[in-house]
Amino acid sequence: MSPPPHLAPSSGAAADRLFRLVTAGAAWLVLIVLGGAAVSMAWGGRLAFETFGWRFIASRDWDPVSGKFGALIPIYGTLATSIIALLIAVPVSIGIALFLTDIAPRWLRAPIGMAIELLAAIPSIIYGMWGLFVFAPFMAAHVEPWLTGKLGGLPVIGPLFTGPPIGIGLLTASVVLGIMIIPFITAVARDVFNAVPSSLKEAAVALGSTRWEILSRVTLPYTRSAIIGAIFLGLGRALGETMAVTFVLGNAHDLSPSLLMPSNSIAAAIANEFTEADTELYRSSLIALAFLLFVVTFLVLCAAKLMLMRVGRTHGRSQ
Amino acid sequence: MMPLRRKLADGAALLFALAATAFGLIWLVWILWTTMAEGAAALTPSLFTQMTPPPGGSGGLLNAFYGSAVMVLVALVLGTPVGIAAGTYLAEHGRHSRLAAIVGFINDILLSAPSIVIGLFVYELAVRPAGHFSGFAGAIALAIILLPIVVRTTDEALRLVPNQMREAAFALGVPAWRITSRIIYKAGLSGIVTGVLLGLARIAGETAPLLFTALNNQFWSASLAQPLANVPVVIFQYAMSPYDQWHALAWAGALVLTAFVLGLNLMVRFFARRGNR
Repeated sequence: MSPPPHLAPSSGAAADRLFRLVTAGAAWLVLIVLGGAAVSMAWGGRLAFETFGWRFIASRDWDPVSGKFGALIPIYGTLATSIIALLIAVPVSIGIALFLTDIAPRWLRAPIGMAIELLAAIPSIIYGMWGLFVFAPFMAAHVEPWLTGKLGGLPVIGPLFTGPPIGIGLLTASVVLGIMIIPFITAVARDVFNAVPSSLKEAAVALGSTRWEILSRVTLPYTRSAIIGAIFLGLGRALGETMAVTFVLGNAHDLSPSLLMPSNSIAAAIANEFTEADTELYRSSLIALAFLLFVVTFLVLCAAKLMLMRVGRTHGRSQ
Repeated sequence: MMPLRRKLADGAALLFALAATAFGLIWLVWILWTTMAEGAAALTPSLFTQMTPPPGGSGGLLNAFYGSAVMVLVALVLGTPVGIAAGTYLAEHGRHSRLAAIVGFINDILLSAPSIVIGLFVYELAVRPAGHFSGFAGAIALAIILLPIVVRTTDEALRLVPNQMREAAFALGVPAWRITSRIIYKAGLSGIVTGVLLGLARIAGETAPLLFTALNNQFWSASLAQPLANVPVVIFQYAMSPYDQWHALAWAGALVLTAFVLGLNLMVRFFARRGNR
């Protein structure tokens, strides 16, 4: 039997090779783009690295007029906002995943799941605008005075919550970032919670376990490496998030212990200053910042992917 | 009967899940409500008929809408074929090769890579050598953001096509490239289209990669070789400005952008869900 005419083996081997070559070339392009980005950041930042050496990472100077640049404050701002964002987003995401897999009635799961996914679809510029015009004033009027009053006088953590309640600062940026990464962590957590064999949960129920015990002693231990992978994924997203943070972080090159004070992050510094950078060294320093950001997010995302792949191997590709 | 302490622990888990879900949903409602209320107040017909105004003047966002549409379309034209081809390699020709494993891994990282770095990369690649910002550079940056999304969804859509279809075609003596182009693509089409549309929704709102590539243009320009106005960067600049008229225009732009992005997302999900049944 011969194939239908439009599938006839008219031009076999040569066309096959060409098709394979084209698709493989496109696949190579993905690698070239990532490699090219890394190389061009390293190349663009070389002037800053040559001029300042290791002090670039350790110095808190950021003085375009006298041409002294150090990355310490943007690095601190990036790490601080991302870590606080995780402190907010991780428990919330686990709670939402628990709700979506075990608690919500079936008809409610899809719409609520989709609503949480939509949080990831909102463009980050919208988060930024809302943060600047609505959320920062809200923080300044209601949350920050309360924090200063209740916690500002405490030893050790007190200094974190002192200062004028201006709304723009590390804490506000962290909360906005936390909201933004909730859907990413939730998506993974929901999938792996769903993949926990029901026999395990049923056994726990039969032993009289509370919901709390099922979550903390069955579900979370069983899904541990995927959850850690999801946290790293959220961290990778948070580190590189630009627009939302640019709006609410305040673009201040100050190192203050207080979370209520304006600060800066790597991405926000680049977004704010790159088009205004008037010297080669200034521009190179900003690209050097981008290089550091790129390397760190690359490592974090690699870790995330490896953790998630481990889960994929042990439980099949269903997730 | 459970002792009271254990009952409380049980209730605490319930409460924790409910509170977390409410916490997640509140932000969605709050952000959408603000955007709708502020945007609707600023929505006028002139938004779509007039150019971006100088400070204090009145005007619209026509040039920005045009610029965004052009850049997104060019990005689609550049990014979609490459993405589909690479996704095809991962799912079909290179399925068990080492290259496919590495590309699949790197692609997932590119998917979450900071978009501001992509913007700087295209700045170094296309803007600095040319000596000026351009709409074309913006389109390249958006295409790079789009690429991993299309690769990923193509790969997933093609993997869902049952192997029997490939085997049946092979048995008939059909060359591999025709199996892919005439049979596998047809079977995976809805998944690929879904991916491209979700990618479109994503790049329509991207701001960071355009800051150093397309920049902005206060005037009407149809040329991709020149700086090109676009909605996200106009929103950014206007929102950061001290002028009330600019704020109003930024909100109007934000409303249109959000409606477009969320509308597209909901539509795609709705049809994807129906297609799966």
